[in-house]
Amino acid sequence: MNKEVAIELRRITKTFGNVVANKDVDLTVYKGEILAILGENGSGKTTLMNMIAGIYYPDEGHIIVGGEEAVIKSPKDAFRYKIGMIHQHFKLVDVFTASENVILGVNDGSKYRLSDVNERVAAIAEKYGFIINPKKKIHEMSVSEKQTVEIIKVLYRGADILILDEPTAVLTPQETEKLFAVLRKMKEDGKSIIIITHKMHEVLSISDRVAVLRKGEHIATVNTAETSEAELTEMMVGKKISLNINRPEPKNPCERLVVSNISSVDSEGVQVLDDISFTAFSGEILGIAGIAGSGQRELLESIAGLYPITSGEIMYNNPASGEMENLRNKTPMQIRDLGVRLSFVPEDRLGMGLVGNMGITDNIMLRSYTKGKSMFLDRIPPKNLAKEIIKSLEVSTPDEETPVRRLSGGNVQKVLVGREIASAPSVLMAAYPVRGLDINSSYMIYNLLTQQKENGVAVIFVGEDLDVLTELCDRILVINGGKITGILDGRTAKKEEIGLLMTKHVSSAEAKEDESNAEK
Amino acid sequence: MLTFLTQAVRIGMTLLFGSTGETISEKSGHLNLGVPGVMCIGAAFGCVSETIYISKVGSLTDGRSFFVYLFAVLIPILTAIIGGALAGLLYSVLTVSLRSNQNVTGLVLTTFGVGLSKLMITSVQKKIISASVTGVNISFTQASKYFTASLPFANKLGVVGKLLFSYGIMIYLAIAVALIAAYVLSKTRLGLHLRAVGENPATADAAGINVSAYRYGATCVGCAVSALGGLTFIMDNLNGNWEYIIDAMGWLSVALVIFTVWKPNIAIPGSIIFGGLYIAASYINGISLATKEIFKILPYFVTVVVLIITSIRNKRENQPPAGLGMNYFREER
Amino acid sequence: MQKNENSRHEPLFHIAKRSSVSMKKAIAVRAIAIVAALLVAGVFIFAITKRNPIEIYKQMFLGVFGSAHRITKALKSLAILLCISLAVTPAFKMKFWNCGAEGQALIGGLACAACMFYIGGSVPKWLLVIIMTVTSILAGAIWAVIPALFKAKWNTNETLFTLMMNYVATSLVAFFIKCWAKDGSGILRPMTEYGLPQLANTDYLLAVIVVTLLTVATYIYMKYSKHGYEITVVGESENTARYIGINVKKVIIRTMLLSGAICGLCGLLLVGGIDKTISTETIGGQGFTAIMVSWLGKFNPIFMILTSFLIVFLQVGTKQVSTSFRIDTSLADITTAIILFFIIGCEFFINYKIMFRKKEKEVK
Repeated sequence: MNKEVAIELRRITKTFGNVVANKDVDLTVYKGEILAILGENGSGKTTLMNMIAGIYYPDEGHIIVGGEEAVIKSPKDAFRYKIGMIHQHFKLVDVFTASENVILGVNDGSKYRLSDVNERVAAIAEKYGFIINPKKKIHEMSVSEKQTVEIIKVLYRGADILILDEPTAVLTPQETEKLFAVLRKMKEDGKSIIIITHKMHEVLSISDRVAVLRKGEHIATVNTAETSEAELTEMMVGKKISLNINRPEPKNPCERLVVSNISSVDSEGVQVLDDISFTAFSGEILGIAGIAGSGQRELLESIAGLYPITSGEIMYNNPASGEMENLRNKTPMQIRDLGVRLSFVPEDRLGMGLVGNMGITDNIMLRSYTKGKSMFLDRIPPKNLAKEIIKSLEVSTPDEETPVRRLSGGNVQKVLVGREIASAPSVLMAAYPVRGLDINSSYMIYNLLTQQKENGVAVIFVGEDLDVLTELCDRILVINGGKITGILDGRTAKKEEIGLLMTKHVSSAEAKEDESNAEK
Repeated sequence: MLTFLTQAVRIGMTLLFGSTGETISEKSGHLNLGVPGVMCIGAAFGCVSETIYISKVGSLTDGRSFFVYLFAVLIPILTAIIGGALAGLLYSVLTVSLRSNQNVTGLVLTTFGVGLSKLMITSVQKKIISASVTGVNISFTQASKYFTASLPFANKLGVVGKLLFSYGIMIYLAIAVALIAAYVLSKTRLGLHLRAVGENPATADAAGINVSAYRYGATCVGCAVSALGGLTFIMDNLNGNWEYIIDAMGWLSVALVIFTVWKPNIAIPGSIIFGGLYIAASYINGISLATKEIFKILPYFVTVVVLIITSIRNKRENQPPAGLGMNYFREER
Repeated sequence: MQKNENSRHEPLFHIAKRSSVSMKKAIAVRAIAIVAALLVAGVFIFAITKRNPIEIYKQMFLGVFGSAHRITKALKSLAILLCISLAVTPAFKMKFWNCGAEGQALIGGLACAACMFYIGGSVPKWLLVIIMTVTSILAGAIWAVIPALFKAKWNTNETLFTLMMNYVATSLVAFFIKCWAKDGSGILRPMTEYGLPQLANTDYLLAVIVVTLLTVATYIYMKYSKHGYEITVVGESENTARYIGINVKKVIIRTMLLSGAICGLCGLLLVGGIDKTISTETIGGQGFTAIMVSWLGKFNPIFMILTSFLIVFLQVGTKQVSTSFRIDTSLADITTAIILFFIIGCEFFINYKIMFRKKEKEVK
């Protein structure tokens, strides 16, 4: 193999406030190789790559490109060093054609002629085996076509080092194969490719070497040919750390929520939920593990009546009447009117769960304001409840009328969780409830969830930290690409096992088998 | 019928200036509701500079040097452009640098422009009266002759000649500006970047385009173009007689932008249609004064219909620029 | 070399959104803006009149408070402006840009005038008043709900739609005036024998009382009613509204019905109560001024009393200045606009803070 160094990182450190995103990271990328960067959510992969691409500037350390120290302060600088990054969220103008997007911002002094650009785009596409119509508008394109445009955009600017941030997250297996074929051609062309991914089989099939990051640190870089899935998983998830979260045995579990065969398609036509079936029992915490964007949000939202499903049933066993209610495609109001006591702590706290500019009282009132026949609001009960939540959850705030936008992340979350618990739910769904919270607040949230479980609530917990999932949850459901890849017992599940299920590529038949095994 | 068509074209070109200017600034993401005010400012600046010019060089009687007449046309055009650009600058300072609400800023600019033009014209009229005492006859109608002066052979070419060549300079200028705007917007790098700024400022920013600079530039240029519409209305359409209805022309121009789905080249026939609708009532015999008022609804009515149809069809190309009305702040997510 | 070039590109200062600002500071910034604006306006008027600026401010003050007659006139303007401002407030709070208050009020006035013209005299007076009230309010509401329906169903741009509706309304009014004014003058003579009852022999008192009640009612509606709460939630975050289960479309339609109804009421007060006639200039651009009043008053009806007073004071005051110094009355519009520019601009200093970049640390 050609061992000429393309880019080298030396002791790169980056902190955001008190959070260390990357610490003393060393990394070398050679010309003509594909390097995979593997790591869990929050392990600092994207931050590291953003520093190469000029989005962030490292606090400490050096970046060496082609043997010389490089100062990369903006994406423009990065292009000067022939580095281009394809972000997860496409930055494209919808009403423009592929070519128009490609030359956007390029001012190389040449005469502006779209026909020339079309030709050059077509030439690049042909060289690497892309299939693209340069005159097609972005809004008429599929996700994979959009991604192609992003890649061509980078190539058009003459990049020799390409960074792809989770490029396959939005692609079908066939599209992924096509992309990989293109990447291999680029590699043959002498380009260096860095690919961030979670999917183990992809790492093994595409990369020459793998760099594993964990909690902001570089663990190791190994040759793909000399490693195994198990070894990589272990490096990725690390050793088990005990958190001492209290986990009582579930008492008299009974079926509370039976989800059967639900599927859903998003606005771009991507299958986000694929034949999902599970049961949530009262008095237990059901954890949901998976790489971010595997369908967790859509799953919870479709149960809450916020996301349309194309097929399947969501049956709710009403503890008051003992009757089964079907929640499929009902609005949140209709669900509530059925007497279903469903609480939901969404991922986007200030964008969905709360209104940032309103005070705590008014936010608490969101769930209860419709009560009573009067056309006026009764602010006294929510105000009292707000005071109670502030006191019992130790929310640090000047008073209960302070806009929640001004509170810190942990306090915002306490208000939200406090409100959702206060309505005495029989099902409580929480998506990433401890994201961005400090240790103390996190433990408070775990304790609250456990308390709810002891009260007989069916708790559904979407988490990202495997240590937490394995200590908090009674059962863990693993999803991958909108499919369930396994349901494990929380008390016996190993982190590596979950990690494998999260990243492995499974056919739906296999998944069903796993599922039925777990149900037993 | 022929006079109807030529009149429709003349009124239409006032609207074309207004809408071309507004299209340029809307393409950058600025919904500038100050256009009616800007058009008033353009007209007022033009007329005031004309007054000053004539009081310096003396009455525009026949038989003077060609350049005296030439400057009598060029100077108002230039000052109208300057006046419009200044108004655009004011709007941009508030909306881009100070991130004020675009709707509110635009409406205040309209109030300001309408007021300022009235004040300028009333004070100019005083000046005209005092000048006439000293024997200098300042007359906008006199000056307007040079704005409307057509090519000498126009009348010899019969109907076609009258239809195509009988107009004053502003009419041809309007069409030229609209064609240039259409060309720049669709066929140049500048236009591509400008449209990107209006559609998706975050993407444009990421591509290294200076969003603020583009918005400033587009709004100033757009306002300068719109301002010429005000001047055209007074000096061409009304033959130099002041009427305080320029702002109505401004709102029609805003309507025209929607009617022509943000395309200056479509605006050329579109503006003539609007001009025709605007004056249609006066050319139809045997209808009452009251019915004529109903005719004035037509341009607005068809605009509403176009607005509804485009939103129902939801075809991406015919929608307002996606970033229209929203100020861009990089750190806001 | 490379580094120098880069550091030169570093911007001098950095703008960040403020998370909060103290009430004191917010008031101080606005006060400074108003004072600065008054000074600039004073200089502007001085430049035109060449009079002593103190004299100008005195004339402004006298124009508003100079006599009982002037005070009542100012009160009348205040009542009408505040009324339209109250009308647009619920819509704005919902982030629905209702720029059509002008047309909605005009249509309300037209409905009122139509009642007076066609059935005035043929029904008892009390019945006429009821019919007038109902039709005006209904007409305004219908005019407003048309764009709302399209917004809710197809997300049609409401700013442009409502703007266009204004001119349709103006032309409709012009049409009916031409139909009704039999002398061909194009001016409809006041129908003094009909119209709303007069209180204490003045035409303005009724309007003042109605608007006072309306201000309180709107304040309560926005702050204490479930509807008002829903409007706030929809305006702040449509996502949260959906999450909670609010029917966003229903709220948009309901709120615009209300907004239009209040505009219709305003038309009734103007046409039926004060003018007893209608012209295309009856509302006189106050539908647009109201947008600024509401926005400057932070959509709070109590603050809006202050902002509408500020604008009325400026308009009435500068009108006095212009008449006493023989300048065109458009001076009022200009000074008002100048002051509004300042106030709009000063919001930036309340919502954002400017941080000058600290001297850059050596990267090493």
